[in-house]
Order: sequence, then C-alpha cells, then structure tokens
Amino acid sequence: MLFYIFAAVTVIGSLIVVSQRNPVYSLISLVGAFFGLCGLYVLLEAPFLAVVQIIVYAGAIMVLFLFVVMVLNVPREDAAEWDRAHPLYRPMAVRVGGALAVLLALEFAWALSRTAGLSAGVGDEKPAVSSVAELGRVLFTDYMFAFEVTSILIIAAMVGAVVIARKREE
Amino acid sequence: MGGLIQTLTSPPVNWYIAYGIIVAIVFGGLQGMAAVMVYAERKVAAFMQQRYGPYLVGPKGLFQPVADILKLFFKEELRPKAADAFLFSLAPIISVAAAYLAFAPIPFGPPSTFFGLLDEPIPLMIADVNVAVLVIFAVASMGVYGIVLAGWASNSKYSLLGGLRSSAQMISYELAYGIALATLVLMANSMSLHEIVDAQQGYWHLFGVPVAPRWYIFPQLIGFAVFACAGVAETNRAPFDFPEAEQELVAGYHTEYSSMRFAMFFMAEYINMVTVSAVATNLYLGGWHGPLIPESFGVLWFLIKLGFLLFVYLWLRWTLPRFRYDQLMAFGWKVLLPLATLNLIATAAGVLYFGL
Repeated sequence: MLFYIFAAVTVIGSLIVVSQRNPVYSLISLVGAFFGLCGLYVLLEAPFLAVVQIIVYAGAIMVLFLFVVMVLNVPREDAAEWDRAHPLYRPMAVRVGGALAVLLALEFAWALSRTAGLSAGVGDEKPAVSSVAELGRVLFTDYMFAFEVTSILIIAAMVGAVVIARKREE
Repeated sequence: MGGLIQTLTSPPVNWYIAYGIIVAIVFGGLQGMAAVMVYAERKVAAFMQQRYGPYLVGPKGLFQPVADILKLFFKEELRPKAADAFLFSLAPIISVAAAYLAFAPIPFGPPSTFFGLLDEPIPLMIADVNVAVLVIFAVASMGVYGIVLAGWASNSKYSLLGGLRSSAQMISYELAYGIALATLVLMANSMSLHEIVDAQQGYWHLFGVPVAPRWYIFPQLIGFAVFACAGVAETNRAPFDFPEAEQELVAGYHTEYSSMRFAMFFMAEYINMVTVSAVATNLYLGGWHGPLIPESFGVLWFLIKLGFLLFVYLWLRWTLPRFRYDQLMAFGWKVLLPLATLNLIATAAGVLYFGL
C-alpha cells in the first residue's frame, strides 16, 4: 500500500519535471520525486540511504540548481517560439530522441520480463547493507576502488569548473 | 464508564494515547515557545537598550504575543500581482512544516511512564529513528526551500536577493554544521539522539576525581563553537541574518508577505531556533542529564539548558552587528569549514588511539 503511494509520488513528480515549462516548478517536483524515492528506501529497510539521499540530492544539489535558475532568471518559456527556434525541435534531434525513447521502452519491457521470475526470492532476504557501520565497511573495503575513482572524478570536474569560470588575466 | 477507563488504560490503547499526548506536547510546546520567544526577544532587546519594551498588554506586557497573533490573524492577505500565486502560497507552508518536522526525532526527556500510568516507559520523543542526527540535518536543509521560493515567487528584487543570499549561506554553513554533527557521532558511536544523550551520563574524571558532568561540550569545545556558528547561520539570525538584512533588503525574502503568511515565516524562524537549541542541548550539553535534579525530572534540566541557549541567541542578536556579506562567506569557507575538518580528524584520532 505505502509502496504504491511512494511510487506514485515518484513517478508523477518525475513526469511533472519533464512536462513543466517553468524550470522552478520542474525543480520543486523533482524534490517531491526525491521524497517519494526516500520513502521507497525506507520501505526497503535502508533508512540511512533514504536520509542521505534527501541530504545530498534534495538538500544540496537541488538548492544549487535553484540558485543557478534564480541567478540566470530563466524566463517562462514561450511555447510557440520554443517550438520554432529551439535546436531540440529540429527533425534530426526529434528522430534521434524518438529512437532513444523506443530503446528505453524496449529495455524496460525486457527488464520487467526478467524480474517476473525473480521476484519471489528477492523480498525474503534481509538487505545486507542496512546499518551505517556495515555500509561504511563495505564502502572502504570491497568498493574502495570505485569510491576513490568517483572522488577523483568529482575533483576533476570541480577543478575544470574553476578553470572555466576563472576570470582570464590580461 | 468503568469499562471505558479500563479500555483507555489497557496496554495497546494507552500507548496510542500516550503518543498522541507527546505529539500534542511537542506541537503545542513549539507554538507556545515561539510565542514566548517573541515576547522574550522584545523584552531582552529592551533590557539591553535600556528601554521598557512591551508593557501595556497584560501584566508587564505578558499578553503581547497574544495581541500580536490576533493582529496578524485579522490583517489583510496581500499578494503582489506579478507574484507566482502557487509558489507564493507554498513557500511559507514549506518553511513552517520543515520547522515542525525537524523536531520529530528530538528527545526532550528520559523515557517516562507518565507517573505510573503505563506499564513500560516510552521515550519522550515523537519518532525514535536510529539515524536521527541525519534526519534533523536533512529536514533542516529543506527549510531553505521555503525561503528561496518565497524570494523567487514574490517577483521583487529585494525578495530575490534575500532568497539568493539564503541559499548561498545555507550551502556554505551546512558543511560545517554537518561535519560538527559527524564529529559528535564519532564520539558517541551512534546516530540516535537518544543514545547520544545517554552516553553523556555521569562525570568526566581527571586523575580519578569527577571534575565535570560527562557532557560532550568539554572535549568538543571547538565542535560546539562550530556548531553554534553554523546553527545561528542556519536559522538566519543575527549576526548572520543576511536573507532579511533590513538596511539593505527592506525585509529580504518576506518583504512581500503579510498577515498569516508572514506569521508562518516568523514562527518558522523561532521554531528553528528552538530546534537548533534542542539539538545542541542533546548533543553537547547532555540533554536531560545533570547534577542535583533526579533523573525522572530530567525534563527540567532539558528546559533549563534550552532556555539558556535561546537566551544566548537573543544575546547575540542584540550585541553583535551584522557581518558583511563577503565576510560571511569567507568566514564560512575559510575559517569554519577547515576548523570543523581539523576537529573531525583530531577527534577521529582521539577515538582511535585513546578510546575517548
């Protein structure tokens, strides 16, 4: 029951994100979708993941997004002009996008057909990574390499952003 | 009648009733606390500026908050024409909801049987989550949406600037706040506020002599300082009240708000102060543990500490001038964050090598 509520919040929120033309509304519904996701994590007995997801995505990243949207002060998109002028509405872009959408739908159908047989066994096991201590241990032993590589990636992105944004000295 | 009392006091039912009472206490208590803080703020300000403060409504002006609330109720709701109607209404709701929500995982007293009415004591908190520290952190970071959206939806330059400042400030200070929390989690080896408080029972011993209550403020003086600075910044109080800096931004993000919508922002600010003080009490000042007062009346100790921290809030506001905006950012990133990080590393080393 709760699952369906949270799933509905997530799905509807995500749909509003892509269908809204006002970026601020998109942002807010994305935050709503994150809360639905958070509820799903709690149902999966992963409260730590649920809360961290809220802190990192809803609390930090989305606030930054909102900040950027507000600084740029993106005007409400004028529908007619948008349809005419935007590069994403060129025929090629529409074709490629359509192909990707079909691919995504196919993949989704394939994934669903695979899980149909599996679903019985999954719910019975106790999730292994529910406690914070266990999660930390796994992160710093088994997944050490992935963890470090991710952090290097993020630092590289940050350095790149600083280099691009820095004022050029004459 | 006798049967009804029987049902009401039997185990499953009286638990629900007890939880209902706790929820009512927290909800009403926060509201009452906000009202008291409005009065205290004005009285303390008056005292520090050698004035009388409110003194007309009721004895010593005690009913001033009631009058204020009535006034706010009956004022006209104004909304600028250019404002975004939906978000304009949503923003204060987010603010006040986040403020209330943040108090849910905070315990305010030892487990109580309600004077023997219950068979087993229940914890005096709404939700006993084992990641309470993180929940508070997460909900606190939600409060900023109310302010930022209010700034954006008002469609006024002062509001927008207030909102922008608020989001920048929140992001900067949240880091130091989070690291201070992490340091404490390291010391207590738990994320449940209940367990953190219970770890502070007893005394710190120096050469076998008890010297001070076993509160974390003593080994974590730097952590407490960082937490206090970040906490004041998180609640947008002076000297960090940039989102509503009167001299520059009229009233910042709530310039365009009136009546109950304004009251909601106002209430959210005071409730956030109470929440941050309550968290500080639980994390650093030993919660309901303290000398002299017996454990069963621990709520008293909690209230004393909470009241003191709230007074410090007012004290700060009326004695310190506001920072300059660039100073605020520099302070957050170049002083507070490195300090918090060093403190974290030092604490980690201490826990690892000396078993603090």
